[in-house]
Formats: sequence, structure tokens, C-alpha cells
Amino acid sequence: MADLIIETKDLTKKYGDFVAVRSLNLVVKQGEIYGLLGPNGAGKTTTILMLLGLTEPTSGQVRVLGFDPTRQPLKIKSQAGYIPDQVGFYDELTAMENLIYIAKLNGIPRREAEKRINESLKKVSLTSVDGKRVGTFSRGMRQRLAVADVLIKNPKLIIMDEPTQGLDPESAREFLKLIRQLSDSGITILLSSHLLHQVQVICDRVGLFRSGEMVLEGTVNELAKKVLGGGFHISLRANGAKKNLLDELKKMSNVVDVKFIAPDHYSIVASSDLRAQAAKTIIDAGGNLYSLDVDNVSLDEIYNSFFQEVTHETQS
Amino acid sequence: MKRNHKQKAREGSPWTGLSAVIGKEMADHLTSARMRILEILIILTAAGTGYAAIQQISSTNNQDQFLFLRLFTAAREPLPAFAGFLGFLVPLVSIALVFDAINGEFNRRTISRIISQPIYRDALLLGKFLGAFFTLALVLSAIWLLIFGIGLLGIGVPPTLDELLRSVLFLVATIAYGGFWMALGLLFSTIFRQSATAALASIAVWLFFTAFWEMLVSLAVQTFLPIQFGFLEEFLAQAKLELTLSRISPNTLFAESTVGLLNPSIRSLGLLLPFELEGAILGAPLPVGQSLLLIWPHLTGLIAITIILFAFSYIVFQRREIRS
Repeated sequence: MADLIIETKDLTKKYGDFVAVRSLNLVVKQGEIYGLLGPNGAGKTTTILMLLGLTEPTSGQVRVLGFDPTRQPLKIKSQAGYIPDQVGFYDELTAMENLIYIAKLNGIPRREAEKRINESLKKVSLTSVDGKRVGTFSRGMRQRLAVADVLIKNPKLIIMDEPTQGLDPESAREFLKLIRQLSDSGITILLSSHLLHQVQVICDRVGLFRSGEMVLEGTVNELAKKVLGGGFHISLRANGAKKNLLDELKKMSNVVDVKFIAPDHYSIVASSDLRAQAAKTIIDAGGNLYSLDVDNVSLDEIYNSFFQEVTHETQS
Repeated sequence: MKRNHKQKAREGSPWTGLSAVIGKEMADHLTSARMRILEILIILTAAGTGYAAIQQISSTNNQDQFLFLRLFTAAREPLPAFAGFLGFLVPLVSIALVFDAINGEFNRRTISRIISQPIYRDALLLGKFLGAFFTLALVLSAIWLLIFGIGLLGIGVPPTLDELLRSVLFLVATIAYGGFWMALGLLFSTIFRQSATAALASIAVWLFFTAFWEMLVSLAVQTFLPIQFGFLEEFLAQAKLELTLSRISPNTLFAESTVGLLNPSIRSLGLLLPFELEGAILGAPLPVGQSLLLIWPHLTGLIAITIILFAFSYIVFQRREIRS
């Protein structure tokens, strides 16, 4: 199947008795930005290393770009770029020299390499510092250089491990924009992160990892539905009703839950956009409506809510 | 453990990218500050011992048939001869070139970026070794030429073909000796995560063989084969054991190769009993081929142990998990 970039079947990795990744079934399609999300030690990096053939799976099957990472790693690695967590460069060499080495390792002829390096540096706006030693670069510049580094091989897939970690908010935003641009140019991107709120903006789909298992998968909105029972959070301020507003609101269809937050302030969780109905309900009940908003659900909320549920379940 | 999926071999050549790694390593070595220091050290050695040897040669004014080879072996107190100097300089240079070869990549966090390129780990490890090895060969050849030049100027007599061959073989033996220490340093640099620990471990092995091995050997010999009755056989057995044990040390192997190559009148590196010398013209030199035959086991021994050490590094490196 040509449009499946990554496909794993019951992929498992054990270190002794410790199971780092358990029966992972992951599918990433052509052109997607897929986020592997979860706390540190959840198995994200191990998964990435197995995809690239840098560590061997204990059992299960993997296909990346149609190749098997254990037997055909060179084919994968010539088309897939990897930006590791806290990427390292040879500090005593210039940006250009670092990239030339990578081009040589990829077997790109010298003239072609120079062309590609200049293009890559331009894309990440580092052209002006190509002759400077990487030792003088800031964290953000290094991260961008890492992108230039993988762009040299004209990759079909880029895998990034914690790409925004250690970046200040401004550089992180810039970097996410860069990732979006790469995706727009047709490159499939798999990234891992524990900074959920940052990556939810750019990920088409996400998979939530917890202690080696992918426990949830889908778009951010789908996850919200699954975890919170509904995709919409409506915040509402009203008073002066003759009837109990809380009860009235709960009577609406598609409502999952209504919470009393503060006097005259309610929060509705619903599976569809109920703003119009909610407004009508309040007017009908003789109340005064002051404000009515839909909150965008953040992955953090989904995540927190999900893991709270899980811990409750395990406790009970 | 189930390993069905591994029955088929991996695809692609293990040597992909090897020349890129070698090129990068050599460029790094030849421009590094570390190399500058080593170069100064080694040029001083060559100039110093070469000069001392010439002084020695001209002062004795003897009718030595192999005047040119005396350049490498003649010494004037307090300096040892050039060959002797190399005996402990080469290990240090070799170790200095590789002690942070692999763990340095881990510490700089460049390892995952490098091996996520389309190359196998084989190419990285072998490239590291060969890069350092070629650097050493280059440096030693340069020094050899330097000594040769000093010799031509100082003695004024060109070397005979025999002398030329012998001194080239000496260069080869020296490089092979460096290869052993390099393989050892590389092994430690894959085993230990800290470069300093790896360097220290290599130096410790070197010190052990340089300073303590002989002591231990004579101790062992006296313990296991004490002289009880004073028979000739006892002395002979003792000497044989001592020789065998001392040859475990690469230093001994190198020292004996040096003697065998640079001193044509040496007929045996082991024990020579009087009856074995019957009919021999004492002091008559051996042809180069015979001298080479004499040190052949030493040379193969050195190369074999180098390969074994490299194989160990290979195993350790292949099994090493990339994540820190």
C-alpha cells in the first residue's frame, strides 16, 4: 500500500522483563503530521528507534516506506530523516562542514550536495551563518540546523523526537511553523512530544502513549469525544431565571454534563454545538443571558481527564 | 528467543559510507590540537635521536656494514635509540588518537544523527579505526623519512638495498604495533562511556606491559619452575617459559621485531645452544628474507591480536543501545 508510510503490527520491545513498547499497532498515512504523545518513558523514543532500525523489536512487524527496518535499514534511512531528542553536532566544525559530512554519508555527489545544502539552509533561514562553528549556535538554531540536516536527503518522512523541548516559546512557535511548512511540501511527519498543548496545533492525528501502550488515537476532536464524552465545552453566564437553570440545561438533547462553576456560571459538555439551544432554554426559562462561549478543548484537558479516569479505575 | 525475522541477512553493503567516515576522521585528526602536540613530540624525538645517532656513528668510526641501520638503533646517553623511543611513543600516540572515538560520539550526542544516516554501524567503527590508523601511518612515515633525510645528510653514505628494505619493514612493524594499541583504545572507547576512563584504561594496560609484565614473568617462572638441582635442563625450561610468557606482551613482540629487522647479525630471537651454531660464521649478517622469517610470527601475532580486539569492539558496539 503506497499511501501507508508507517505500519506496525503488534510491535513489542522488551528490555529484560521491562516492556518498553507493548503490541503497538500504528498506521501513519502519506502527508500526515502524526503526534506520539505521552509522558517521558512511555515508549515513544523506543518506538521511533525501532521504526528506523536503530534498535531491534522483540516481536511484531514493522513497515516503514514499504521496507523492513531490521533487514533493509539503509533503504529506509536514505529516505527518512531523524531528528533526535537534543540533537548533537560537531561543535568544532562549521554548519556547512557538518552538513557536507552528512551528504557524504548519504552518498550524494559533491555538486548535487552543495546545491541541496544551500537550499536546505535557505529553508531554515540559516544561510547567513553557514560558515560559523556550530558551537556558537543557540538551541533554536541547532534545532533548525537539524532540519536542514535531514532535508539534504530529500526525505519522504521526517521523524522528530521532542522537537520543541528546550526551546523558548517564541522559537517553539517558529519551529512548529517550520514543521507545518515541511508538511505542506508533501513530507510525512511523525513527532513525539510530552508538551501536548504545543503540538496539538499542528498534528493531524495523535496517539496517546502510556507505559508502553498506545491507549488512544485519533484527531484532537475525536479524542475529546472519546474521553470527555463530547467534543464541545460551552461556558455560559446567566441569572434571573424562575426555574433551576441547571436542571433546564440538562434537559437539552445531546448534553453530556452540566456543571455549576460559580454563581450564575455554568459549563456544558455536549456532543454537538448547543449554543443556540442553550440561549433559547435560558430565555424560555425567563433568565438573562450574559455570555455564551465555546471553549476549545486542549489536549492537556483530554490527557488529564483520561489519565484521571484511568487512575480512578485502577483504584476502584 | 524467537528470531525468525532475522534469518535473512540484512540488505546493503556494510561498507557504505566507510570512505566518508575515514575522510572525516583523518581530517579531524590532522587538524586537531591533539595532533599538533603529538607532531611536535614526535619530531623532537626524531631530530633528537637522529642527531644523537649520527654523533655516535661518526665518533666510533667503525667499519659497520650496516651504517644506515645504526641510525635507528644507535643511542647516546641519556637518550634511548630511535627504535626504543618509538616503543613507548607509538602506544601513546595510538591511544591518544582513539580513546574518545566512540564514546565521544555518544557524549556529543552525534551518534544517533550519524547512524540514522544510510550506513551500518560497521562503517562507523571501521572508519574510526582506519581513520586513526592511516593518520598514524602517515605520521610515522613522515618521521621515517625525516630520519632517513637526517641520515643521508649526516652520514653522507646512501643506504644499500638491503638496508632500505630492512628500514621499510621496520616502519611496517611499527605501524602494526600502533595498530594493536589503537584496537585496544577503540575497544575501551566502546566499553566505557567516559573518554577519560577509556584513556586511563588504555594507559593502564600500556603501563602494565611496560613496567610490570617482566617482573611478573620472572616471578611466575621462579614460582612454577624453580631451579632445584642446577641441571642445564632446568635452566633451559625456565628460560623457555620466560620467553614464552614475555612474548604475550606486545611490547616484547615489537622490541624483538625491531632487533631482528635492524640488526642483521641476529640469527635467533630465542635460545641458541652452542651446537646449533656449528658451522655458522659468527657475526655474518642474515639476508633480509631470513630476518623477516625470524620476526614473521611476531608480526602475525601483533596483527592477529589487533583483529581480535577489533572484533570485540565490533560486538560491543553492535549491541550497544543508542539511546542514552
